[in-house]
Amino acid sequence: MRIEIQVNGHRHTVDVDPSQTLLEVLRDELGLTGTKYGCGEGRCGACTVLMGSHAVASCTIPAQSAVGAPITTIEGLEHDGHLHPVQDAFIAEEAFQCAYCTSGMIMASVALLRATPEPTADDIARALETNVCRCGTYPRIVAAVRRAAASVSGDQRP
Amino acid sequence: MITRDRTAGASRREFLKMVGGGLLVVLVTRDAFAAPALGLTEGRRPDNQQLPEAVSAWLHIDEHGAVTVFTGKVEFGQGIRTSLAQEVAEELRVPMSSVSLVMGDTMLTPFDMGTFGSRSTPQMGTQLRRVAATARERLVALAADHWHTDASSLTTAGGRVTDPHRRRSIGYGELTAGRTITENVRDDVALTPAAQWTVAGTSTPRVGAHDLVTGRHQYTSDMRVPDMRYAKVLRPPSIGATLASLDAGAAESMPDVVVTHDGDFVAVTAPSAPAAAKALGALRATWTPAPGAPPSSRDIYDYLRHTPAAAASGGGREGGPSEPFVRGDVAAALAAAPHRLTHTYTVAYIAHVPLEPRAALAQYTSDAGGDRITVWTGTQRPFAVRDQVAEAVGMPNDRVRVIVPDTGSGYGGKHTGEAAVEAARLAKQTRRPVKVVWTREEEFRWAYFRPAGVIDVDAGVGADGIISAWTFDNYNSGPAAIRPPYPIANQRVTFHPSDSPLRQGSYRALAATANHFARESHVSELAHMVDIDPVAFRLKNLDDPRLRDVVQKAADRFGWPGTNHGSGRGVGIACGFEKGGYVATCAEVSVDKGSGDVRIVRAVTAFDCGAIVNPNGLRNQIAGALVQGVGGALFEAIEFDHAVVRNAHLAAYRVPRFSDVPAIDVVLVDRRDQPSMGAGEVPIMALAPAVAAAIFDATEMRVRALPMAPDGLKVAAAAGSR
Repeated sequence: MRIEIQVNGHRHTVDVDPSQTLLEVLRDELGLTGTKYGCGEGRCGACTVLMGSHAVASCTIPAQSAVGAPITTIEGLEHDGHLHPVQDAFIAEEAFQCAYCTSGMIMASVALLRATPEPTADDIARALETNVCRCGTYPRIVAAVRRAAASVSGDQRP
Repeated sequence: MITRDRTAGASRREFLKMVGGGLLVVLVTRDAFAAPALGLTEGRRPDNQQLPEAVSAWLHIDEHGAVTVFTGKVEFGQGIRTSLAQEVAEELRVPMSSVSLVMGDTMLTPFDMGTFGSRSTPQMGTQLRRVAATARERLVALAADHWHTDASSLTTAGGRVTDPHRRRSIGYGELTAGRTITENVRDDVALTPAAQWTVAGTSTPRVGAHDLVTGRHQYTSDMRVPDMRYAKVLRPPSIGATLASLDAGAAESMPDVVVTHDGDFVAVTAPSAPAAAKALGALRATWTPAPGAPPSSRDIYDYLRHTPAAAASGGGREGGPSEPFVRGDVAAALAAAPHRLTHTYTVAYIAHVPLEPRAALAQYTSDAGGDRITVWTGTQRPFAVRDQVAEAVGMPNDRVRVIVPDTGSGYGGKHTGEAAVEAARLAKQTRRPVKVVWTREEEFRWAYFRPAGVIDVDAGVGADGIISAWTFDNYNSGPAAIRPPYPIANQRVTFHPSDSPLRQGSYRALAATANHFARESHVSELAHMVDIDPVAFRLKNLDDPRLRDVVQKAADRFGWPGTNHGSGRGVGIACGFEKGGYVATCAEVSVDKGSGDVRIVRAVTAFDCGAIVNPNGLRNQIAGALVQGVGGALFEAIEFDHAVVRNAHLAAYRVPRFSDVPAIDVVLVDRRDQPSMGAGEVPIMALAPAVAAAIFDATEMRVRALPMAPDGLKVAAAAGSR
């Protein structure tokens, strides 16, 4: 079936199978491979994208349910060649090792900061609890989110 | 065609053709990488192959001064793309931005055994330093010739040779432009002492970080090429089951679907992932279970103790049957010891759960020179996987090229090439590019595990508080770090390989984690038995100054012993030495006496791996090892029965998450007077026994089974005391 979805500000008409997840459409149909497959059951967060302003696990969402809801992926965070403050903060804290989880961590962090601009360490841990970093860089990720929060305070970046 | 040793990568001549002019420096070692000494894990080189003259690393400087280093090592998140480049930049006196690494490409890089065993820093790092230092010396000699001056008067910095007296300088690229110069590394080339490092030894940022935070980096699983087919492999319902019948009619009638059936290997390829999934679902197969009644995770420890491995153990095994290590008269010493303690420890099978599952993209091409297969895949052993692929598709190994993009982690779990072999077989059959990406469930069911094991420890302590007798029998875990760092006068230490019902293999630090859990738990119990503080007891019994130093430093930073003891709070310490690294970890836990829930509140680790190449990268590795160690210590375990893994997904197999992470404090001991050693593994091994001791301090319960608290503490304690 043909559906129209909006991803990173662009409209795409795609032919999808009803069984196809949003993750599969993003990666295989649109070539947006920054969003990763990790578990297929919404338990690792590697596939996290924004639907509207909420972080969702794109591996558990049928592609057609994204119709009408703007999707933002890791590829959509940069503006005018500038990284999003969360991306800058992940680099500054070196909050990754293999970095396979990083896209999902960053997207979940962006959603958190939109809802809670000045999160505590506990807020961060709670919001990212479904995101797994198997390399164990969690403390650095918490530090990166706090750094990003500090850097955007007063800033109205999207 | 150039014939070459089967283990070789690209030949120097082929390589020169590819890179054109410039300066090429190669490291030639006649008994390169002395394989037997390094064969701790699988991947031993067949005995009949004498290495003629092996090249283990090379470096090229082009006419613009760009430095390219070629190494068979691979980047999995451990940071060696950065740290190895730092070492080259240091010795060559060039900025980091001039250095790039080509890694893990069997056509472009020299043969390498694989990226495991914490060897990249001590071995590849040292080799690359020698290569780079040789290049620098040659460049200085070229400049001296060019200026007709004395080489000893020249200096190097910023990618240029400078003549300070005549105030002139020339870039490395200009010196070699238009020429092809090759140079072998001399054994006696002088390396820059670590005390003088300015690039190595600093927290240089990770190379490629921008691509990692923008999603631009292409992992194998992200790769797409035109006309690519998606493949799914049919898996049996239980381990060891064989295919009895297959009806592929429905799948074969689907458009553009190809079904491959070769013995027990059944797979489908299709133009899209959903089409492949549908085709797989349409296959009708019946299977014959493997004969016999395999053990379950409930009776595995009895089974391992009583089922020795068959004489020839297969690939993926760590070590082999070992002769006991014996010193002194252990029986007499045990009998004479005024204090004696005997216990059994167990460790469960656990899964690596690399967040990027196994993946491969295979491309088949055919030209006048014959058939070729190129496979991109995330493996820690690209050359071994090349040979696996070549054998599976029946092609000479120099027609197979394996390329390893920087990969989504491994932890010892990607030594093998399952997905690569599957993709290559299907690419050869369909003559199209084929991508195979394992599901998480396939990872859990069909990869390999960290071995389960049983360890018996019997020890005696003299009236002077010195451990006088020690027997240690490890069934199946493995021999890594099996011998105590304590200079015990009478000991017998034995590894007994067992017949594992589950596929098992390397895991970060190998059996050092299991052996330290048993040994250091036992040492803490001995200290308690003779009423000596566990830190004091270790210092009293240890003689290695570097190990004593990390124990003291961890204890000092932790504020040992502190005041949190009993009533649900407790502290513990453990230490050890392995692969050139010295580690001590202090842990504080809190135990909810109602639920049995255990939280590791705080962990302090002191670590000494010689001269530190990248302190920030090292801290990242140490903290990561501790976090990963939390899982194996407290709750990770594979559950299985009837040859089926029962918790083959992340909702059922618990891995450490944000809420499980303790406050972590790392004390780095930078020994610039000592060689740099690896750090990816050793920091994991002291956590579990430190936590076990802390649980005892909090509750007076001894837990002698890993994981210690899969469903809260009481259940674990009951299992551990069985």
